[in-house]
This record gives sequence, structure tokens and C-alpha cells, in this order.
Amino acid sequence: MDELIRILSYFVGIAAFLGLNLAYLGWVERKGAGHIQRRNGPKEVGPYGLLQPLADGLKLMSKQLIVPDNADRILYMAAPVLCMVASVILFVAIPWGENLVPREFDFGLLMIFSVASAAGLSILMGGWASGNKYSLIAGTRAVSQSVAYEVPMLITAITIVMISGSMNLNEIVRQQAGGFWHWNFLAFNKSIFMPISFLVFFTCSMAETNRAPFDLGEAESELVAGYITEYGGMGFGLFMMAEYANLMIGCSLTTILFLGGWQCPFGIFPGPHWFLIKMYFLIWCFVWIRWTYPRTTLWGLLNLSWKYLIPFSLVNLLVTALFIKVF
Amino acid sequence: MSPSLFSPEGLAGVIFLILIGVTLTGAVIATCTKRLIRSVTGLAICFVGVAGLYYFLNSPFVAMMELLIYVGAVCVTIAFAIMLAEPNEARVARKISPLSGSLATICGGAMAYALGYAAVNGQWMAPAIKINDGSVKEMGMSLLTTYSMVFEVVSIVLLLAIIGALVLAKAGRDKQC
Repeated sequence: MDELIRILSYFVGIAAFLGLNLAYLGWVERKGAGHIQRRNGPKEVGPYGLLQPLADGLKLMSKQLIVPDNADRILYMAAPVLCMVASVILFVAIPWGENLVPREFDFGLLMIFSVASAAGLSILMGGWASGNKYSLIAGTRAVSQSVAYEVPMLITAITIVMISGSMNLNEIVRQQAGGFWHWNFLAFNKSIFMPISFLVFFTCSMAETNRAPFDLGEAESELVAGYITEYGGMGFGLFMMAEYANLMIGCSLTTILFLGGWQCPFGIFPGPHWFLIKMYFLIWCFVWIRWTYPRTTLWGLLNLSWKYLIPFSLVNLLVTALFIKVF
Repeated sequence: MSPSLFSPEGLAGVIFLILIGVTLTGAVIATCTKRLIRSVTGLAICFVGVAGLYYFLNSPFVAMMELLIYVGAVCVTIAFAIMLAEPNEARVARKISPLSGSLATICGGAMAYALGYAAVNGQWMAPAIKINDGSVKEMGMSLLTTYSMVFEVVSIVLLLAIIGALVLAKAGRDKQC
């Protein structure tokens, strides 16, 4: 019975936290974009535009669901839901605090990567089922990009697994206890390339979530709106929410693997608040980068992954293995 | 004796049945639809069901690999191939030989009989021996000790596949990029 109550409370808690965040990250992004471009951003609905997400939600939900003539009806309706489901399942494994984790998997890292890889299929389905050439091109682009960046991301994650000797996310965080010089991104005694490795992981998570400057999947000046061109109403809303959920997952994972999760930088009062501070800081960096840098080209994107990130992460893997063997 | 529906065993049984249902539904969708891309979706559903079965049977590592490799890689690759080849497939009426239906029935029946026979009459390993074998740690240990030869051979095969892919990609590409 206790277990049932635990599951239910985590279920409700995650749903509430996720709903709040997915709504307000959109607000943060629009506000940030506005200020970076010397505008005000949303400001009419409520103080500082704080009720804007509610208004957006109401608008999206009251819209008619239009299925285009060319579309494959079932797949068209299923794709956004699948995209969202895959993103939400991932929150089961994220350790927010020492004891605040919905389920402590021994293979948490593996679970996150394997479930996240299924999201690519739903983007591909959405792009194909729309029956629109722009969507199709965007779908293939988005997936080829996420396949290309999954490789360096996985290899970098493997170096962390080698350092910690565990795929349990809680265990990985526990080993970074005691002050920021113990965090993995400064673990020079494990591999001298650790800070660069952190940047590689950060870049890869940016590319995996299809965010600018790597948003070739929905490049609005070339492909209308990419794989969400034909989606209106809540279909569009679900794809957007899945994007923000993936953003949160990417930032949480970076926090856990490199920035010490719930550990305090000075080792005095660890807790979930530190996790949230780090995660939101990284999310803000994502927003900042998105509105500061122009979009890359497709060639530039793929070359960056295959010619720079993958060789570097392989070298880092070897160096880490060497350090573990020698020291 | 059958456990009540709301006891742990009963719920586990319901989950098992749901997983089997998902697997079978996926398989039927994969074989019965006319559109290739829907078959791929059915295949993905089938793989998710199989992954759930592995997880249910206490082999989380295999379940995760099923998702990562089959859903995340194999299905995506097949979908890519379909999109690159014929995005809007023309519905070509293929000629079906009159024999194929009956032959398929005979083959399917024979396979079902063989599998059923093996399942009913085979010697099953006692569950107590295999109880903790599915964990990631045990798996890694045995891959690097007992089965290290197999591990090495598999990595050589993968290396050859990578080199082969590089050679093929190099041949079909002009100088400029």
C-alpha cells in the first residue's frame, strides 16, 4: 500500500511539475528572446505577461483539429502523442535529490538513452504522415541529426560510466560529493579533457533536442516550420511541449553527469534546490544560445559531429581509460 | 488456483497479458497493412512489447537494448530507407501466385507446431539458477570473463561493418564535400 501511495504521489508530482515547467519555459523563452532582441516579449496578459502560457494553452486546446487531405490519418494523430510519451517516461529515472527519485534504476543512464532514442521515430512518423514535402525533408533532417549526435553523446556518457563504475544516476551524483572541485567536469585526475568533454556533451544535448543553432529540423526560413508544418492546435502544442520536456531532460542529464546533481558547490547543504538551480541555469544557457547564434548549415552540422566531436570523444575515452589504469 | 485480480500476482499477470497483447498487435499490424511505413510502426510497437516482456522477466539490460537498438536504430533505419526510396509509394498490384497462400499456411502451421512442441516437451532451466543473471553488472562481468572470446569476435564484426560502410560511402561520393 505504501508503494502504491508513493507511486501515485510521484505521478501527480511529476505531472504537476512538468505541466508548470512546460508552460513557463515557453514564457521564459519568449521573454528572453524579446529582451535579447530589444523588445519586451509578452507583457499584456497578466503582470509581466505571466498569464500568457494559460492563454496560449486555452487557444491551442480550443482550436479545431484539422487533418490534411494527404495525411496518413492514424500516424498523423499518433505521432505527437508518441513524441510526448517518450519524453515524459524519462522523468521516472531523474534523481532530483538524494531520496527524491521516482525509481532508482541500476541502469538509469542506459534507460534514458534507450527511451530517448525512440523519440526520433515519432518525429520521422510525424514528418512522413503529414503528407507534405517540407515535413518529410525536415523529419529526415531532424533524425539524421539526432542519430549523428547520439554517437558522441553516448561515448562521452561512457567515459562518465567508466569514471564512476556505475550506470546508476544516484550513484554517479553521490560520487561527486563535497564541493565543486569534485564535480566531474573538473575531474582532472580522471582525464585532463574533462571540461572539454562537458562542452561536447552540452553541445550534443543541444543538437539532440533540435534547438537553434542546430534546429535544422524546423528551419523556418527554409522549411516553413519543419515537421510541425501541418500540425495545428494541440498536435502542435504536444510537439512544442515535448521539445521543452527534452530540453529539461538534456539539462538534467548534464547536471547529473557533470555538475554534481543535487550536490552543493561548497559541500554544506545539498538538496534538490541545487539540482533545480543548475538545471535552470543550463536551460537559460540554451535559450541564450538559441537567440544569439545563427543557424548552422546541414553540412556544418554533420561535419561538426563526425569530424570533430566523435574523434575527440574517442580520444577522451582512451585517455580516461589510460588515467584509470595508471592512477 | 488463480490469484485475485488486485493481489500483486494478479496485477503482474494482467501486465504480462497486456505486454503479450501489445506484441501480437504490433506483429499483426506489421504484416497486414499495405503501407510500408505503417508496417514499420507496427514493428516498433512489437519491439516495445518484447522489451516489456524482457523487463517483466527480470532482464532489464536486454529490455533496454531492445529499445535502443531495435526501436531506436533498426526501425529508424528502415523508415529512412523507405523514405529515400519511395516516399509516396505507388500502389503496384503485385502478382500473387495461387500457391503462395496455401504454402504460407503450411509453413506457418509447421513452425507453430514445432515451437509449441519444443515449448511443451523441452527441458526448461530451473528458475532459481538464473535469478540474478539479467542485471547490468553480472552481464558485464560475464562478457569480459567467460564470454570474452565472443565479445571480441562481435567487435571485429562491427569494425568490419564500419569499414565496409566507409568504403561504400567513399565510392559513391564526388570530391567537393
